[in-house]
Amino acid sequence: METLRFEFSALTPAKGVRKTALVGVVASGNLEVLLEREGAPDRCTIEINTSAHGFRPLWEAVMADFTSRRTAGGLRISINDGGARPDTVSLRLAQGVRLIEEPQA
Amino acid sequence: MKQWDLHGKARQARIADGMAHAAGKVVAADKLVAFLEAVILSGDRVCLEGDNQKQADLLARALAQVDPAKIHDLHMIQSGVVLPEHLDLFDKGVARRLDFSYSGPQSARIARMLFGGKIELGAIHTYLELFARYFIDLTPQVALIAAVSADRDGNLYTGPNTEDTPTVVEATSFGNGLVIAQVGEIVDRVPRVDIPGDRVHFVVDAGKPFYVEPLFTRDPAAITETQILTAMLAIKGLYQPYGVRRLNHGIGFNTAAIELLLPTYAERLGLKGKICTHWALNPHPTLIPAIEAGWVEQIHCFGSEVGMDDYLRARSDIFFTGSDGSLRSNRAFSQTAGLYACDLFIGSTLEIDLKGHSSTITPDRIAGFGGAPNMGSDARGRRHPSAPWLQAGQEADPDTPAPLRRGRKLVVQIGETFGEANAPLFVEKLSALELAEKLNLPLAPIMVYADDTTHIITEEGIANLLLCRDKDEHEQAIRGVAGFTEVGRQRDKKMVERLRERKVIQRPEDLGIDPLDANRSLLAARSIKDLMLASGGLYRPPSRFRNW
Repeated sequence: METLRFEFSALTPAKGVRKTALVGVVASGNLEVLLEREGAPDRCTIEINTSAHGFRPLWEAVMADFTSRRTAGGLRISINDGGARPDTVSLRLAQGVRLIEEPQA
Repeated sequence: MKQWDLHGKARQARIADGMAHAAGKVVAADKLVAFLEAVILSGDRVCLEGDNQKQADLLARALAQVDPAKIHDLHMIQSGVVLPEHLDLFDKGVARRLDFSYSGPQSARIARMLFGGKIELGAIHTYLELFARYFIDLTPQVALIAAVSADRDGNLYTGPNTEDTPTVVEATSFGNGLVIAQVGEIVDRVPRVDIPGDRVHFVVDAGKPFYVEPLFTRDPAAITETQILTAMLAIKGLYQPYGVRRLNHGIGFNTAAIELLLPTYAERLGLKGKICTHWALNPHPTLIPAIEAGWVEQIHCFGSEVGMDDYLRARSDIFFTGSDGSLRSNRAFSQTAGLYACDLFIGSTLEIDLKGHSSTITPDRIAGFGGAPNMGSDARGRRHPSAPWLQAGQEADPDTPAPLRRGRKLVVQIGETFGEANAPLFVEKLSALELAEKLNLPLAPIMVYADDTTHIITEEGIANLLLCRDKDEHEQAIRGVAGFTEVGRQRDKKMVERLRERKVIQRPEDLGIDPLDANRSLLAARSIKDLMLASGGLYRPPSRFRNW
């Protein structure tokens, strides 16, 4: 296991009022993303626990793209990664910020 | 005095030699090797029937057993190099030269044999291109073909998997060649005559059906949410704005996802009757839910698909069927239909370079082409207009007056930015180029050329290459959908944003696609069993796909 931590400035704050959202599953090639509304509305903190070592620059690029493109401000994001490809990571993050906009199920 | 009938006389001599091993036209299976040694001559051009689906497997096994001291230096001209015996011929020295089209399951071994000099390669063709050469400079002296049944006069029933047979027989039999058919059984009367008996010189009873590979079956259970996202992009960003009604889908999970989103996502968008009504397509099981929901008006097939025959028979308004009720497929005609009468081809590939060339060659595999380069190309001879073709032509060339402007076929590559084993879809240099250098080929085996490719779809978005006005824009449009591959990360971000403003690049969010919809619950069927149920039990999946 490798743990990576990032903090980014976020262009736009997350929408909605819901406190948390959870998308995905921990499985090979997949990942679980927990989003919690926490911290300043122009910041986004991310912690990643991943089974694949040595991919820090790639994670950083994926997260930088995410925080500049999506409504990620005021979120603390925790990721449990089972070796997902970058396209899957991006999709899960996009799903996460959409889900936290929705009323609590 | 010049003699003008030597080829016909040579065939008569072969028939006379073969008769010694036959009863009338019928050759016993246990005498097949001796029979082949009697009728085939060293150096012959031989078409051993087999493509990406049906295989003349008994004849392939027998040919691999002939004595190379008696028969050698054959020139094999065949659609598919698929069975191990197809390559055993070269290892044993029976065959020397090869012209082919597709080599799916043998792609690694054929690569090793080409590198090792075991095979003298003519060329890798598209199906239609190889068929064309059967009539010009590669007419077979002997064709070894496969049928479902024969009568004693040699009339053949080729059934749902008719595929290449009529084309091979036409070229061989009318070109003074010898036609030998393996059949599953010999009957008094065939259910329908697919090949008239006077074109067939010998038949051998294999005692069982010829082998068919279920190549076009994709299990919905294996479709990922990223693939669903690419399918939504295709439907909303491409099929809808162009109004694509006539099309061909290649094999793959992305296109299977499109098929399974028609009765759900596309229905919600109000597109029923406006897209995907007429097809050149193998009978994909994943199209069953759309057919059952009334989306499809007509489908012409290259071949059949294992387990689909009863379903096709029961849906004769949609599929082309014979007097016996079963499907009639024909690869040459369906490839022609895909080239001239379809407005869109969409398929997957393994590598795309910065110019937009794509290829399925990897450093150790030569998979060949099949039909993709034909379907995935703009038909320069096309003259009939249609809305999508005219719109694409207008986007590519807005300045030419409409009456003199060619339309354009929509040729789309779809895939995730990373493929199996995290291999990037986008590369600086294609493996096909390295192969061409290594084998000293005059042409790199490119599947779809850049100047035919109009759109690239990945999970990151759609690149419309028709709207690019120079080389730089073209390259940045490709980099702009290349995700986090090296090629994608080296994009010029400002230029990509400008391309996005001009809709050269469109992101899912630009098209109003909700990432939460990229969910497996959006698939009209989520398993092979669902497909079987959707067909009312008419689809009978082969055992390897029955996991319940």
